Amino acid sequence: MSSVETQRTLDALWRIESPKLIAGLSRIVRDVGVAEELAQDAFVSALAQWPESGIPRNPGAWLMAVAKRRAIDRFRREDLRERKHQELARDHQLQRLGESDTDTRDDDIDDDLLRLIFIACHPVLSADARVALTLRLLGGLSTGQIARAFLVAEPVVAQRIVRAKRTLSEARVPFEVPNAAEREARLASVLGVLYLIFNEGYAASAGDDVLRPQLCDDALRLGRVLAQLLPDDPEVNALVALMEIQASRASARVNASGEPILLLDQDRGKWDQLLIRRGLAALERAEGLGGASGPYALQAAIAACHARAATPDQTDWTRIAALYDALVVVLPSPVVQLNRAVAVGMAYGAAAGLELVDALMSEPALKTYRLLPSVRGDLLEKLSRFGEAQAEFSRAAELSQNARDRAVMRERAARCARR
Amino acid sequence: MRFMVLVKASDASEAGVLPSAELLGKMGQFNEELVRAGVLLAADGLQPTSKGTRISFAGPRPTVTDGPFTETKELIAGYWMLQLKSKDEAVAWLSRAPFDSGEVVEIRQVYEAEDFAPVFARSEPG
Repeated sequence: MSSVETQRTLDALWRIESPKLIAGLSRIVRDVGVAEELAQDAFVSALAQWPESGIPRNPGAWLMAVAKRRAIDRFRREDLRERKHQELARDHQLQRLGESDTDTRDDDIDDDLLRLIFIACHPVLSADARVALTLRLLGGLSTGQIARAFLVAEPVVAQRIVRAKRTLSEARVPFEVPNAAEREARLASVLGVLYLIFNEGYAASAGDDVLRPQLCDDALRLGRVLAQLLPDDPEVNALVALMEIQASRASARVNASGEPILLLDQDRGKWDQLLIRRGLAALERAEGLGGASGPYALQAAIAACHARAATPDQTDWTRIAALYDALVVVLPSPVVQLNRAVAVGMAYGAAAGLELVDALMSEPALKTYRLLPSVRGDLLEKLSRFGEAQAEFSRAAELSQNARDRAVMRERAARCARR
Repeated sequence: MRFMVLVKASDASEAGVLPSAELLGKMGQFNEELVRAGVLLAADGLQPTSKGTRISFAGPRPTVTDGPFTETKELIAGYWMLQLKSKDEAVAWLSRAPFDSGEVVEIRQVYEAEDFAPVFARSEPG
């Protein structure tokens, strides 16, 4: 096998094996930065040896054995410099580990992976740092790939990761799954990071780096991994459901020139039925676990209503409006409130929707949000208040960032002016 | 990107002989590993072509032909649908499949929207 072929195999194996390696090594060395270096060293050894020896039957175990030997060497070197009681104890532990290089039990690997996920999304880190560290340590992405996906310069991401590792070290964040008291907040942080990564990919525009929309796949994959690690957690399953269903619309969301198509105007034949089925199954698990009223479960249930409707006019708006009523309580953001107004307008008529929209008019967060005037214009038009509708559509056109949308808004304004 | 991994049929699969309990156990473990890695979207084993039917569209009207079909090596006995970053990753995964008696799998990339047009844009409401 040539070294080029070995390199390609190792790139693929990095994605498959590095999270498990880094997680297992983090438990031993108690430092994710050192663990990652050891994992990388093991891959460097493989690149040197495999072209000669061929790929071992169990590459993961080979890499782990090499990395553990490196860990032992490293600690022995450190011990020569400064022999501390604590490290002596660790040395004993390492020797024991060195003796049992054979397969670690799956349960242990799962626990290590879970600890690594919680550490990468630790609240001591900034949101940017959590995202970068999660993609790097658990997603197997390189710093350069993360930078390209997030449209920032590589040194920025590199700096973020270095600082994140230092912060974790300095804060002496323990390598453990949070205790019951902390767990809910810590898990919310993990889910928030995954959904943030997903939405970053979802917000990709035509012409963006190809790695950017792939962030959806990265987030979805990590969500699925987490759902295997925490199968009994309703919100984990609910987030997976939400991402599966949203991802199912990927091919229908834009037209040939890359411009967005609204949900109700999408060609439902392009919705990915495999992902919809997976999403509905995950939502059913979440609801079966008693989690129907969590923020992700409610959003997933709303997405599921759309997914189940074969045509837009089969949409169960009454149910969607009821779900939004529950969602604004747990997630009272202005955008959610606006979406609720749309649903109420569809379920109970434009006047009911308009009442809710009017209550949002002074909301500072929506001041330049183009969907506010566009939604309000739509409701006013339905109520035959054409003059006011025209003004709203004109305002929506002003706020629009995209040529086609602006044209549509101007056209609607002109149509109202003719009435 | 998605890959469909096709498992080629064999005399045994065409005869409807189910895999041994041992192989089924190993296959279960392999699938479990794919699920834990978050890459397995779907997988199924197919019944022999003696229970299958072909429809061909050569003439003015579709022609329906019942199985079995004879060119065993070109038939399919099962598939995995995987979501991965590269074909190399598919090769790395499938190299771990618990086969050892002449089985052949074929890795095929699935066409996706971005193969037809540059896609993805801002999110829609709802």
